[in-house]
Amino acid sequence: MTDLADLTIVEAGAGLRSGDHTARDLLAAVTTRAAVTEAHLHAYLTMDHEGAERAASAADDAFARGEDLGPLQGIPIALKDNMCTKGVDTTASSKILAGWKPPYDATIVARLRAGGAVLTGKTNLDEFAMGSSTENSAFGTTRNPWDTDRVPGGSSGGSAAVVAVGSAFGAFGSDTGGSIRQPAALTGTVGMKPTYGLVSRYGLIAFASSLDQIGPFARTVADSVTLLEAVAGWDRMDATSINGPVPPIGRSLDEGVAGLRVGVVTEFMGDGIDPAVLAATRSMIDKLSGAGATVGEVSLPSSEYALSAYYLIAPAECSANLARFDGVRYGHRATVDGTTEDMMRHSRAEGFGPEVIRRILLGTYALSAGYYDAFYGQAQRVRTLVRDEFAAAYADFDVLVSPTSPTTAFRVGERAADPIAMYYSDVCTIPSNLAGDPSMSVPVGLDADGLPIGFQVMAPALGEERLFQVAAEVERLAGFTARPWLATSEVHTP
Amino acid sequence: MPVDIDIAKVANLARLALSADELEAYGEQLLGILEHAERVQALPTEGVEPTSHPLPMVNGFRPDEITPCLDRESFLDAAPDSCDGQFRVPRILGE
Amino acid sequence: MTTVSNEPWEAVIGIETHVELSTASKMFCGCPADGEGEPNTACCPVCLALPGALPVPNEKAIEGIVKIGMALGCDINEHSLFYRKNYFYPDLPKNYQISQYTFPVCEHGSVNVDVDGEATTIGITRVHMEEDTGKSSHVGDGGGRIHDADHTLLDFNRAGVPLVEIVTEPDLTSPEQARLYGAELQRIVLALGVSDARLEAGSMRFDANVSVRPKGTTAFGTRTETKNVNSLRSLQRAIAFEIDRQIAVLEGGGTIRQETRHWNEDTGKTTSMRSKEESEDYRYFQDPDLLPLEVSPEWQAEIRATIPELPASLRARYVAGGAEPSAAEILADTPDLARLFDAAVDAGAPGRAVAIWLTGDVTAYLRREDRDIDATGLTADHLVELAAMVEEGELSSTAAKDVLLGALDGEGTPRVIASAKDLIQVTDVASIEEAVDAVLAANPDAVSKIAEGDMKPLGFLVGQVMRETGGKADPTIVQQLVRTKTIG
Repeated sequence: MTDLADLTIVEAGAGLRSGDHTARDLLAAVTTRAAVTEAHLHAYLTMDHEGAERAASAADDAFARGEDLGPLQGIPIALKDNMCTKGVDTTASSKILAGWKPPYDATIVARLRAGGAVLTGKTNLDEFAMGSSTENSAFGTTRNPWDTDRVPGGSSGGSAAVVAVGSAFGAFGSDTGGSIRQPAALTGTVGMKPTYGLVSRYGLIAFASSLDQIGPFARTVADSVTLLEAVAGWDRMDATSINGPVPPIGRSLDEGVAGLRVGVVTEFMGDGIDPAVLAATRSMIDKLSGAGATVGEVSLPSSEYALSAYYLIAPAECSANLARFDGVRYGHRATVDGTTEDMMRHSRAEGFGPEVIRRILLGTYALSAGYYDAFYGQAQRVRTLVRDEFAAAYADFDVLVSPTSPTTAFRVGERAADPIAMYYSDVCTIPSNLAGDPSMSVPVGLDADGLPIGFQVMAPALGEERLFQVAAEVERLAGFTARPWLATSEVHTP
Repeated sequence: MPVDIDIAKVANLARLALSADELEAYGEQLLGILEHAERVQALPTEGVEPTSHPLPMVNGFRPDEITPCLDRESFLDAAPDSCDGQFRVPRILGE
Repeated sequence: MTTVSNEPWEAVIGIETHVELSTASKMFCGCPADGEGEPNTACCPVCLALPGALPVPNEKAIEGIVKIGMALGCDINEHSLFYRKNYFYPDLPKNYQISQYTFPVCEHGSVNVDVDGEATTIGITRVHMEEDTGKSSHVGDGGGRIHDADHTLLDFNRAGVPLVEIVTEPDLTSPEQARLYGAELQRIVLALGVSDARLEAGSMRFDANVSVRPKGTTAFGTRTETKNVNSLRSLQRAIAFEIDRQIAVLEGGGTIRQETRHWNEDTGKTTSMRSKEESEDYRYFQDPDLLPLEVSPEWQAEIRATIPELPASLRARYVAGGAEPSAAEILADTPDLARLFDAAVDAGAPGRAVAIWLTGDVTAYLRREDRDIDATGLTADHLVELAAMVEEGELSSTAAKDVLLGALDGEGTPRVIASAKDLIQVTDVASIEEAVDAVLAANPDAVSKIAEGDMKPLGFLVGQVMRETGGKADPTIVQQLVRTKTIG
């Protein structure tokens, strides 16, 4: 008999409506799964058992009354711990927010609740979403369910791990430079970053405001459509959210790729990309070609500079975004016998971890008098070049493809001492953030160590329909059915 | 532009109380990152407009309407220190 | 305390004015912007800068700043940007203020003020949009003084109230001119209805940048910025103090520090707050949470259509309509009276007389009775009739004032009141002549003195005739008749 925790959202939803199981059954399945897996993974920072039970019961009552609030009614969903949940700890994995319970819900949380979703808890991340491994969490590293000596990627490593292992049916993460797509690639899940502005950022604890975007983790492309549809759309609380119709995200899932023009980004297919990743990427490109896509090469020469630009823009924005953590109104306050200014300095130095401090310093420097134009200003102009090159590429191609991450999951501690090597993890994902375009990672195979490999599909702004159409075909062509050992039945059968 | 960092000044601007050792370590790490980031200066960008926002949208206004405020207890109870309905902090200037 | 003009120094003054807009809600969130209520009861995630909260700009506030810019003759930038101004201060919840830097909403305007009757033009560099801070109060043994306080309490009700900053060129040269500029700016803002501009309540406040230099030189001296100036009188006093202080320092061989200074109303002095150079790296950058502002030509036209006639134009019009400049100024600042003035003058009443009545007796009456003009019985028609009666000689100017008071009290039209009070002047020469003859006959001594060349009794005789006629005879006619009949 199938463990309910292994169902997709689409299957679980069908079962709820056919009466095969209840929302409480689904919640029990993921809770039971988590009880085993959390000891290995540490993917959840907080499990809101009470809230989830209430929501599951409410969903069952609603079904009993014949009320249906949408495809997520009764489905257990996890949230990255940088999204504000009223009354439930929200820490961004930082000591500076330890124990903080927001007095309000993020828009995405409110929309999920309104849609009847069962929110299981909050998942681990690199502190303030700064990192690519979840090692920068103040509350311990999350492990990769395929190999617990390895990282799950980051910064949304917790969300990726819970979906990979089945301790939630789906999850939301945030992606500033690859923080959804890279952990999706490293955990064998489908991770998607929508067009900037498609999902409200209200209540998402900001890292870099012009790059941050919330998106879904799921085990299938169809599930990620369901998750995105539940939360996408204009929000009056976010001035940068797109005030217009939501694209028909899942309309063309079954259309295949015949006749579509697929561009392979030259710069992401060479130096620095792991041979196994490269081979799996080429193999998928061949399959797409075999499925009728017109495949061509496209060069994005500025993408070489995108990483450098990103590591100026994101820290600059974060240096201001994180200024509010000062020990005055919430969060950690240092015990200091001195002035408020002393209190602020010590609260911040005690509350922030090293990577966060590093980026705040970097951003402060890049914005300071005398350096602004050479660093921040220049990075913003490079951003324009990257956007322009992408726009030109999309004149010739419907989608662009590349590996998601240069490597498969690396070992815990392997890159911790070398920030630049860590930053390189996002080399293929960052350009979409700079351009504001949608992009997603779909698992296409395993390397020799049995670690998953992600394939990245990129599309122009608001090109979600085409993006998901290609991703669905990639999923079919890959036939990727492997599950991490932590999710297999031996582990969960007493 | 050659990279040079007055790391103590930067830490002061960012209101981070760092020890001399920490300052030195962060200073070195920043130099490494900035040498990498400096590459952006290699691109010719004369006449290129900076991008601050990925999509060409403007304004994003809200109407001038009052919406509900938070209950004071909902945030003040969680504050590090409060008194008489206000946030309390140590004295402001030390002179 | 004003700087004597023959000293070898001249002052260079620039004024930054902050005006809180009187929108219903705050600049970037829906909390009420009236700043009232118990501490921290007009707060939400946005204005408390809770993690995750985002600003969304108030459309009405943008209209407000555009109105101010238009009233100051500024260019309105079709495209402008919000920036983050980064500095840590506990009353600033985000530890950055959303403000503007390059590309403010309005630039390059001017304000005209008359100093001793001489028109001077003060350039407006820019008018930009920002948000107010919270309020801090210092408690402990220091009794409210910031340096001695044990701790500080923070109330964020005011945090995020829309704030417009109006920056002048360093065009001002005297404390008096600064006061007049402040007053004119306040009038303009009030006329626009975008702020209550209450100096004592802090909804309009000034910072004065002051430097001095040897007269005739062109390089700027080191300037100080004086804050906490919350009345027009203080603005003048603070600048005067600062000019004298700087001159004294320089003449004593010292140098001026570039610094922020605090105006103390009680001592009448400015004192140093903090040295500027150590903290002034605001690391401005475009706020990524906010989109570029676009004030399209169409929107500008819509806003322009709502701008009322401004004080300077009103004053000019009232003067052209016959009002004395001082009365015109009062009328321009008092829309209720101005409305009556306009209606009466349009209906043909003489502007000079109507302005004198409205700004004199009527204003005094309203103040005494603590009433609005609308709550009195006075109408524009009354003013027209009253003026006509004076012009026709039916009422003396003294009697007119009585009638005016009656009209204010709602006793009826001027003619009805004048009749009821028996104030209508006798202008019929024949009947006045009768009275004159009677008085002359009764006072032969006086008449013969005048015939001998002693003019003193003339006044006495005129007075007697007026008494005889119960004060109703037209004094001009009486005077004439008495003179003709005695001197010849």
